Amino acid sequence: MMTVQLFASYAEALGGSTLQIPYENGTRVADLVRSIRALPGGRSLPPSPRVAINRKFAAADQLIRNGDEIAVIPPVAGG
Amino acid sequence: MKRAAVVTRPIDPGALIAEVQSPEFGAISLFVGTVRDVNDGRSVTGLDYSGYVAMAESELAAILDEAAVNFGIGAIAIEHRIGALTLGDVSVAIASAHAHRRPAIECTRFVIEEIKSRVPIWKLEHYVDGAREWVDPTRAVGDAAV
Repeated sequence: MMTVQLFASYAEALGGSTLQIPYENGTRVADLVRSIRALPGGRSLPPSPRVAINRKFAAADQLIRNGDEIAVIPPVAGG
Repeated sequence: MKRAAVVTRPIDPGALIAEVQSPEFGAISLFVGTVRDVNDGRSVTGLDYSGYVAMAESELAAILDEAAVNFGIGAIAIEHRIGALTLGDVSVAIASAHAHRRPAIECTRFVIEEIKSRVPIWKLEHYVDGAREWVDPTRAVGDAAV
């Protein structure tokens, strides 16, 4: 399983701050996003939200490895 | 010296100035962001800042490294506060020191713009009418994104 961290508006939309998503070899960021958007509340996320792998922003085609630290990043609003 | 931190206590901008001050620097540029009472035409009573702190601190560290390369900055200190803030509270402070004013000022501007675009921190605004909303600068209108 992949543990996915959610924050702010995305955590509210999905009803929690973490998700467990089944992991398969070859899963890419875009595949993960599709899985999340298929969950109840998932349509609140845009089709291509920012995703961070191991605390760095990741491209849609980046491969996810088992054990990676994964987070979906809502539009940031610091400052 | 270079230092960046996400903090949960009040920020003292004077302490950041003292931290970067040195006889070798002829200029210190300070930016202080504070909680404003109106956003997008709605009266704000307070904010809750939250963050993905581990990534926020690594992004801030990367911004520090880029600032050092881009501006040859001598010393820089950044603090961003998270938690419940009220009107007028300091949410972020940046102090950049350099031998000369232009790189110091340009560095500070660079850092705040980078924070706003890539550091994973969010704010939940509370309004006078009791409503609350996550701020989304990507759909900002009016003066909200300036």
